[in-house]
Amino acid sequence: MLVIKDLHVSINEKEILKGINLEIKPGEIHAIMGPNGSGKSTLASVLAGREIYTVTSGKVIYEGKNLLEMTPEKRAKEGIFLGFQYPIEIPGVSMVNFMKAAVNEHRKYKGLSPLSSSDFLKIMREKKQLVEIDSQLTNRSVNEGFSGGEKKKNEIFQMAMLEPKLSILDETDSGLDIDALRIVANGVTKLKTKDNACIVITHYQRLLDYIIPDFVHVLYEGKIVKSGGKELAFELEKKGYDWIKQELE
Amino acid sequence: MLITETKNKEYFVNIYNENLEEINKNSSELIKCERNKAIQDFQNIGFPDKKNEKYKYTNIESIFNSNLKCLFNPVSANINLDEIFKCDVPELDTNIFITVNGWFHDNELLKISEKGFIIGSLSEASKKYPELFEKYYNKFVNEEPDAITSLNTAFAQDGVFIYVPEGVVIEKPIQIINLVVSDEELLINQKNLVIIENRGEAKIIVCDHSLTPYKFLYNTVTEVFAGQNSRVDYYKVQNSHNHSTQISSTFICQKDNSNVLSDIITLHGGLIRNNINVLLDGKDCENFVGGLYLVDKFQHVDNYVSIDHAKPNCMSRQVFRGVLDDNATGAFNGKILVRKDSQHTNAYQTNNNILLTNEAKINTKPQLEIYADDVKCSHGATVGQLDEDALFYLRSRGIEYKDAKLLLMFAFAHEIIKQIRVEPLKDRINELVEKRLRGELSRCNCCSINCGKQ
Repeated sequence: MLVIKDLHVSINEKEILKGINLEIKPGEIHAIMGPNGSGKSTLASVLAGREIYTVTSGKVIYEGKNLLEMTPEKRAKEGIFLGFQYPIEIPGVSMVNFMKAAVNEHRKYKGLSPLSSSDFLKIMREKKQLVEIDSQLTNRSVNEGFSGGEKKKNEIFQMAMLEPKLSILDETDSGLDIDALRIVANGVTKLKTKDNACIVITHYQRLLDYIIPDFVHVLYEGKIVKSGGKELAFELEKKGYDWIKQELE
Repeated sequence: MLITETKNKEYFVNIYNENLEEINKNSSELIKCERNKAIQDFQNIGFPDKKNEKYKYTNIESIFNSNLKCLFNPVSANINLDEIFKCDVPELDTNIFITVNGWFHDNELLKISEKGFIIGSLSEASKKYPELFEKYYNKFVNEEPDAITSLNTAFAQDGVFIYVPEGVVIEKPIQIINLVVSDEELLINQKNLVIIENRGEAKIIVCDHSLTPYKFLYNTVTEVFAGQNSRVDYYKVQNSHNHSTQISSTFICQKDNSNVLSDIITLHGGLIRNNINVLLDGKDCENFVGGLYLVDKFQHVDNYVSIDHAKPNCMSRQVFRGVLDDNATGAFNGKILVRKDSQHTNAYQTNNNILLTNEAKINTKPQLEIYADDVKCSHGATVGQLDEDALFYLRSRGIEYKDAKLLLMFAFAHEIIKQIRVEPLKDRINELVEKRLRGELSRCNCCSINCGKQ
């Protein structure tokens, strides 16, 4: 589904990613862990098409196509979804209008006619239950005045609405209390099928108690320095990142 | 009689003197007398130049230098309202009145309802109700004479007069459409007087509108008196062609417990200067002034707002927002004056701007003069581009770049639109603004409020 080959990325001439290699197949969950500043969020943003980063070399092939040539909106319609670490507040744009525009863009891309308002609202109601999101929230402006937990739930709600093939969840667990964490993680698990894949970026092992990864990668100073199964996450939790650093030196 | 070549102050004074008989022929004694004072004021001050702080960003002298003609008689144009309103939007049910080149245009010059509500020609009303004019006419404009207002007072022969007696509530919005019908370049001076007595209520929608492809300069002065416990809405929708110049001065005087909302929505126009002067001359007043300007090409829009907190316990809010594209320029100057004894004043002002190009330009200036010590005043201004993070967020969900931009601009504009207290008008403005932002709204022959859907 996704093949990243020797990806180098910089921002303002500073190299952040220094040769990432990663392959993701349908049905897999990959966890990317690593200390602050190792380049996890950069990787997520680059995959979603954020233009402030410059790809200096390397390739990203998504379903046989060159992902790096696509606009962010094209990537979204091709099935890539980024769950933001810090979801953006957009005053004045209602959640309903936002999601309706997004869903209908996806449908147009697939050659489907736009949803009627009643069909759209019906789907929205169903998906809201999935993340136990307060129905009042969708009547408000996008993320405006949402609590940290509500914002993260809202990301998963959008994911449920758009049904992506590859979801990249950037620290979706940060800032969540244990109940919200469970709800968000359950949402992600329910959306999982054998055909879609997920990249979960996190600092902590606790999210991985709910979302069981097939692979765990450790990103350190712009490179994947260690990969393993889910037991690697436990090891990291126990020993901390210093263990990796020492191993490298 | 027609006059060409208006170049400077003296020239205007000459025009005035040469045509005084013609100008005065239909006027009441009071109006003649005010006219006389006004021309003297005008002669003393002259047009403001660039050194005048109030007019720093709009070149007034050059505006009055063009080849404009003055008309001293109403045109006997045959205005077919059905022609102007090809399609009616039934939800916006208003009482429609029109002016043509500044003159109230109707077979019946004054309409009086059973409850005593009067609407009609200013000149006619001044003769019929001298006591009202004695009390209210030109009472607020002369505090600090301004050349443009003085010129208007001297030259204006007619306009709209509205009178709402004590305790009368006019439910149906009053819609006034100012039309320009001409096959030459005109200078139009129109004067309106709105009197809402104690506990009266009215909603007034004013639409500026041109039926001429020619250049014109529309200089209009409106005085609004809001009595105790009254409630007044005053909306102005500016949608004229890009060769037009509009100078619109509104003077609002409020008494105890009154509530006045004024909104200026600028969709189109070549050069626009709006002056809004509010005098809070009673305690516990609420005043809201909102403005939205969407300009592109070489358009220029300059909003000047002055709120005079002359009495304690009043609340005022100024909220102006603009989107400037291409080479458009703009200015916002918001003044708040809190007088010495006006304790517990709550005054707030914001001006937010989005510049879509490097060439677009806005000058924004807050001006606070506070002489009382127990007050709450704040101001804020921003000039920026569309939020890149928000754009990326929308695009990352599959929304095309241009649609994401539109969504954000529309959201930005909506902050002003949502203040509109007439629901059908709010919906209509929403539609118009969306069209305008999409670049689909161009100058049309029809009034955009009633029939933008042609």
